[in-house]
Amino acid sequence: MGYKLTPAGLAALLDELVTSRRVFGPVRYAGKGRLAGTDLITYGPVKGLADVVWDARTTFSPKEVFFPVKESLFYFSHGEITESALKASEILETVVFLRACDLNAVTRLDKIFLENGPAADNYYARRRQHTHFVLMECQESFPGCFCVSMGTNRATGHQAALRPEGDYYLLQALAEPWLSLGERYGQPADVEPVWVQKNSLTVKVPDRVDTSLFQHELWREYSSRCIACGRCTLSCPTCSCFSVQDIFYRDNPERGERRRVWASCQIDGFTDMAGGHKVREDRGERMRFKVLHKIDDFRRRFGINMCVGCGRCEEVCPEYISFARCVNTLSQLMNGGAGA
Amino acid sequence: MIANQIANPYLPAPAQVLAIQPQTGVDYTFRLATDIEPAWGQFVEISLPGVGEAPISVSDAGPGYIELTIRRVGKVTTALHQLKPGDTVYLRGPYGSGFPRDEFAGHQLVVAAGGTGVAPVKGLINYYAGHPGELAGLNLLLGFKTPADILFRTDIERWQGLFPTILTVDQGQAGWSGKVGLVTEFVKEIPLKNDARIIVVGPPLMIKFTVAEFIKCQIKPEQIWVSLERRMHCGLGKCGHCKINDVYVCLEGPVFNYSRARDLVD
Repeated sequence: MGYKLTPAGLAALLDELVTSRRVFGPVRYAGKGRLAGTDLITYGPVKGLADVVWDARTTFSPKEVFFPVKESLFYFSHGEITESALKASEILETVVFLRACDLNAVTRLDKIFLENGPAADNYYARRRQHTHFVLMECQESFPGCFCVSMGTNRATGHQAALRPEGDYYLLQALAEPWLSLGERYGQPADVEPVWVQKNSLTVKVPDRVDTSLFQHELWREYSSRCIACGRCTLSCPTCSCFSVQDIFYRDNPERGERRRVWASCQIDGFTDMAGGHKVREDRGERMRFKVLHKIDDFRRRFGINMCVGCGRCEEVCPEYISFARCVNTLSQLMNGGAGA
Repeated sequence: MIANQIANPYLPAPAQVLAIQPQTGVDYTFRLATDIEPAWGQFVEISLPGVGEAPISVSDAGPGYIELTIRRVGKVTTALHQLKPGDTVYLRGPYGSGFPRDEFAGHQLVVAAGGTGVAPVKGLINYYAGHPGELAGLNLLLGFKTPADILFRTDIERWQGLFPTILTVDQGQAGWSGKVGLVTEFVKEIPLKNDARIIVVGPPLMIKFTVAEFIKCQIKPEQIWVSLERRMHCGLGKCGHCKINDVYVCLEGPVFNYSRARDLVD
């Protein structure tokens, strides 16, 4: 069902929504950007319509909502192991306002956490099952986006789709509570979601990547340029790697916890084994590992590309390394060209 | 889509240390009371709460127990070496794919293992010691750095009486009258049948060059199995640390047929 809402109507709708649900979306933290005088646009709690940022891409993805940067798995106390419990506020139904690329990214995370291996990840599932999505329709793309190339300009799996148009907001309600909220706060209207049809950037993903290209000189450029800071993977909406750590509490060594924290294949130590053996010490090899996971390895395993074309990794890279350019070069090489 | 309540695959179960057998100054074998029934070549995650968790391959198993042979090289293994019989550790698993017994049945089997690489094949060798009729011969090629590093001495002495066994050390010491040299140098001394099955387990360079020697002897990659070492944090295909190409070593490995392993590039 479609509905047309005035800004006041949508504001009232959200005011009601936040009384019973946790709501996250793109928000602005003034002056908190990486550079002086810039704002940080990132996912955060939404208290009302005024918080939602429509005109910029977030630096980080919404994955933190159901895959926190740091999460306690168990607590240890005098020989007892207790599974961590969610706080009452964390088991509230949760609504995330996000873009089509980021919604497609959630399906990639689901593949790893819920489908890969012998068992579903209960820590991911317990947050994910309470998380619902509202698609923020992109009428045009941001610089560096290439969702059309990745087929992620369209999305499914959301409860509702929303876009500002003229002096109104258009809501496509696909499930409750949006159907009844639309009835109460809007006027019925014909609403079809709009999708980005064209990005200024086009990326050609190679159909296959031969292992002969693993040793290609194209990777050497990244050996010297990449500083292994890991920003690309931490901002990526589909990166899911983590490390497991145990700690003692300093004030009570009888108690401690096992937790997991985000990890990055780009950062030193990712493959360290006891005894000193490690692989991919060269940063060019790490770039190759990451790029091929995003556009080749994952697809061979799950049938879809991991990368959703959001463009964040390139935007946050302090060395201006372009993922898109790297993929296009690979395509040219696979087609017999000399590369870019 | 998602069940409301799903089991916690990260939850380890307590296991009592039944016995600790020092093999060398830095390698101890722990016998642990557990119902886990691993296949040959599988691994478990062993942990000490507050210290950490580590993936360790199973070196032997029997009714109600498994054995892990653990070298003291890191934080968790150093803490494990402080334990005494009666203490409790925590286990989960078994994980990964093991050695394919059906592929070996009726064939000559050659096991080439270096250092702690002997641990994941010890149970397999002991099984064939009791069931020699399942194979058309078993040859062992075991290498260690020095005589002081030799693991499973009692087992090896027994194996030497049962199977053609080459035991070599990289560097000899006073009093060592056995063979000296890398495992790779002795491959050509093994009389190989055309359809022999080969297992190669050890450090990465040892695997690389030992496999190359077998291939020089007209053995096809499909006849060779290797076991790869990676630092698995989860063992469940989630954490990403052991991924190579489109493969998760904790799921599809650690044992791989070499026709697959040769295309895995880190």
